[in-house]
Amino acid sequence: MSPDTILSVDHLSMRFGGIVAVNDLSFTAQHKKITALIGPNGAGKTTVFNCITGFYKPSGGSIRLAPPDGGYFRLERLNDFRISKLAKVARTFQNIRLFPGMTALENLMVAQHNALMRASGFTLLGLLGFPTWRAAERDAIERARSWLDRIGLLDRADDAAGNLPYGDQRRLEIARAMCTEPMLLCLDEPAAGLNARESAALNEMLLSIRNDHGTSILLIEHDMSVVMEISDHIVVLDYGVKIADGAPRAIRDDAKVIAAYLGTGDGEEIAAEGVT
Amino acid sequence: MTAPAPTPPSATRSAGLAFILKKAVISACVALILFSLMIGIRTLPSENGQLTYTTRFGELAAMVAIVFGGSIVVELLRLWWGPVDRVKLAPPPVQAALDIGGRLIAPALLIFALLVPVIFYQQRYILDLGILVLTYVMLGWGLNVVVGLAGLLDLGYVAFYAVGAYSYALLATTFGLGFWECLPLAGLLAACWGVMLGFPVLRLRGDYLAIVTLAFGEIIRLVIINWQNLTGGPNGISGIPRPTFFGIPLVPGPNGLAAKFGIPFSPTHRIVFLFYLILALALLTNWVTIRLRRLPIGRAWEALREDEVACRALGIDTTTTKLTAFATGALFGGFAGAFFATRQGFISPESFTFQESALVLAIVVLGGMGSQLGVALAALAMIGGFELFRGFDQYRMLVFGIVMVLLMIWRPRGLVGHRAPTVFLEHNRAISSDLVKEGHG
Amino acid sequence: MDYFAQQMINGLVLGSIYGLIAIGYTMVYGIVGMINFAHGDIFMIGGFIALITFLILVSMGLTAVPLILLVVLVVSMAITAIYGWAVERIAYRPLRHSFRLAPMLSAIGMSFVLSNFSQVTQGAQVKPIPPLITGGHTLYEQGGFVVRLSNVQIVVVMTTVVLLAIFTWLVARTRLGRDMRACEQDQTMAALLGVNVDRTISMTFVIGAALAAVAGIMYLLYYGLVDFYMGFVAGIKAFTAAVLGGIGSLPGAMLGGLAIGLIETLWSAYFSVEYKDVAAFSILIVVLIFMPTGLLGRPEVEKV
Repeated sequence: MSPDTILSVDHLSMRFGGIVAVNDLSFTAQHKKITALIGPNGAGKTTVFNCITGFYKPSGGSIRLAPPDGGYFRLERLNDFRISKLAKVARTFQNIRLFPGMTALENLMVAQHNALMRASGFTLLGLLGFPTWRAAERDAIERARSWLDRIGLLDRADDAAGNLPYGDQRRLEIARAMCTEPMLLCLDEPAAGLNARESAALNEMLLSIRNDHGTSILLIEHDMSVVMEISDHIVVLDYGVKIADGAPRAIRDDAKVIAAYLGTGDGEEIAAEGVT
Repeated sequence: MTAPAPTPPSATRSAGLAFILKKAVISACVALILFSLMIGIRTLPSENGQLTYTTRFGELAAMVAIVFGGSIVVELLRLWWGPVDRVKLAPPPVQAALDIGGRLIAPALLIFALLVPVIFYQQRYILDLGILVLTYVMLGWGLNVVVGLAGLLDLGYVAFYAVGAYSYALLATTFGLGFWECLPLAGLLAACWGVMLGFPVLRLRGDYLAIVTLAFGEIIRLVIINWQNLTGGPNGISGIPRPTFFGIPLVPGPNGLAAKFGIPFSPTHRIVFLFYLILALALLTNWVTIRLRRLPIGRAWEALREDEVACRALGIDTTTTKLTAFATGALFGGFAGAFFATRQGFISPESFTFQESALVLAIVVLGGMGSQLGVALAALAMIGGFELFRGFDQYRMLVFGIVMVLLMIWRPRGLVGHRAPTVFLEHNRAISSDLVKEGHG
Repeated sequence: MDYFAQQMINGLVLGSIYGLIAIGYTMVYGIVGMINFAHGDIFMIGGFIALITFLILVSMGLTAVPLILLVVLVVSMAITAIYGWAVERIAYRPLRHSFRLAPMLSAIGMSFVLSNFSQVTQGAQVKPIPPLITGGHTLYEQGGFVVRLSNVQIVVVMTTVVLLAIFTWLVARTRLGRDMRACEQDQTMAALLGVNVDRTISMTFVIGAALAAVAGIMYLLYYGLVDFYMGFVAGIKAFTAAVLGGIGSLPGAMLGGLAIGLIETLWSAYFSVEYKDVAAFSILIVVLIFMPTGLLGRPEVEKV
């Protein structure tokens, strides 16, 4: 693995009974870059995500996550929560999975669970009200507050997450994932259901996450205005197989990708969306 | 299947009447068929041991008539009030007043509880009832951690109660240890059993989790009944020592507490002591629960209830989270069990049936899962209600079953309709129960 | 060996009874996804109804055993089926779209209602009747031990086989069976295609209750008594059978029932009678932990 690679997927395959959802997939994601995984529905993108984040055990292949300071994690061998806790991989879900009965603030506090558990002395110090615990809690609230401010939900911090409008919920879920201070952020269709303005705001948010936090992003998305705008690198899947891999410009013009997914009819649409 | 829209009363009143009558007749016919044999005929043992029967057609007719009338009443109510789940008990201004009052209820109740032995000093019956209520409040608060906070459906909570009681009984009668030494041990043993229960059920959800916990509860009861050498079997364990006032026994005579304080001995002293003891234990449970809710572990419990998959995605070890929930709930159940043993002086497996688990679960659900005050009020209502049936013991469980069914139909989220967030920036806004998940285990 | 053979026979007969109850559990779980905690008590009610009908028939002067059996069968199945219908209508249907917990707690409540209803209306004592079917056949004799197949055992097994055949035909070939299978897969879609989901679910409960009633009758014939508490333990064992066989699978329920019957009988015979219920409950726990889809069930993958 080259030093710039954060995620290396090698010959990944996933079988469900007789169905091969992902077939011998290999690609890499670069450090501090945004990599997009695109393809028609049923291409296996969410399956790949679930393998990377530990919700499925791959049938074959390996997934390596390399932190910048050396060494690597073999994700195909780790449990889902360990991947998040140790390998610092965070994710969002296609169908938003917030904690609807908890406030926005509480959602972000839950994300900081592991750090807070250590600080509370695995509850003991916290129960006794030690000052170290109190300080850690204040810091956690501050971090949550700053994220709420960034996503523009500070005035709704004490509202139930289930009551928030859809676009806000999506952003809250991303903020919650970021509160775990991940190295790799995996987003499953973050722009689904967002209108043009909200998608543009999402782009800004993701770019700032990449630039300011130095978090690498892996993204599944159907909305090409988001994909083409912010991705540094695109991988295209179709029927569980990789059909293209490269920079956005190259992908846009790739004949196979156009045939399978992007389509040829509205050529103007792609040209207009494509920037730089 | 969408819920039918509420029918405007005036427009369909006349058509409604025929409909109501038809429904009532059908209900009455069904009742007639169902009750014909079970109520109409009464089986009796005859002199030679054979079974014979008598008829009770009068009672059968009465029951059918009640069903007929009741059906009419229910339909009329439905017409006037709208669909069942939209019925609000009180109009908004009253609701607002209740909310403000709600904040005062808890401290008021606490003060009242502290003063009960003072007010009712002469009435042994009230004191005993108070002790019973507080025992169930504590059990409810303990189960609340497992079911209300973590969303783990435990139908076998009585097992921890039993482990606590029998641990104390055996430790006290075998090793002669006092109550205060045994109490933590009983809790610890119950907590261990909680962890042992937790391990196998980690991957189970919803109904399956429930029935496995039920099975565990029954296994404990059956083992207690059958392991005669250890537990005395169906005869139980007697001669369990009474609690001491931190070492000073509550007995008449020069060594007793009364003598130490220079007041005449009265058996009521022990009752009062037991009352304050269970009150203290219950308040401990309450305090620990409230504090834990604000700590990462408590928040993790609630997050587990809301969405287990999301928890794992955030790096939370749901295994440990579930085990700690079981262990904590079990700990308090064990404490309550030890108290029960010392209060009675005698325990037997009959006190630890599935009905007890169901009762405590009903208290937690009625209270509005997760709400401390709700659980306390629910315990008061349930146990108080049970007391009303003294003398009609047979009907007690029957009514309890009916109440459970009605409760689920009318207010499945319990009395207290909201959840209080554990941390807030500006406003401490209660979250409506509609949004709060009930957990799938 | 001969002792073992006798236990095998006894176990299979007991297992048939459990299997009949288990079918009710598995059908209901398959179609509405809930454990019908009250189902064991429906079995008990079936036994009681049979008992009372039997008493009335005898006191009316009827002596022909096949006729008595037939009447008891029909009456008990009919009335118990209506109990099943009423329970679903009152306690479960209003909660179909409620929270996951609500139907289960309602079912527990209903279970208490039914068992205490029995206790209140008929008294708490065990109700015995004289054996209705007597006699049997000696299968073989060895070393002084006689392996016997009693007539009542034959009746139980034959009845079970016949009902199972009727019922399997019902599910596989009739419109109702098809509707049931459709509702099991996707209720909304079934409704959109014209299936009367409410009625199909009601019929599921009704059929389950009728079969439980038969189990109650068989129990009464075999053991000669009923009591208001017999539903609780039998219910859990029958549910264990349903899970062991694979929840949602009809042949699985019967298979599981036979297995549980055999295990319970053999355990009582060779280890300890006192702990036979513990053995059954332990099997439930073990199966749900290690083999939650059971022997004939289909594995489920959770979609994230």
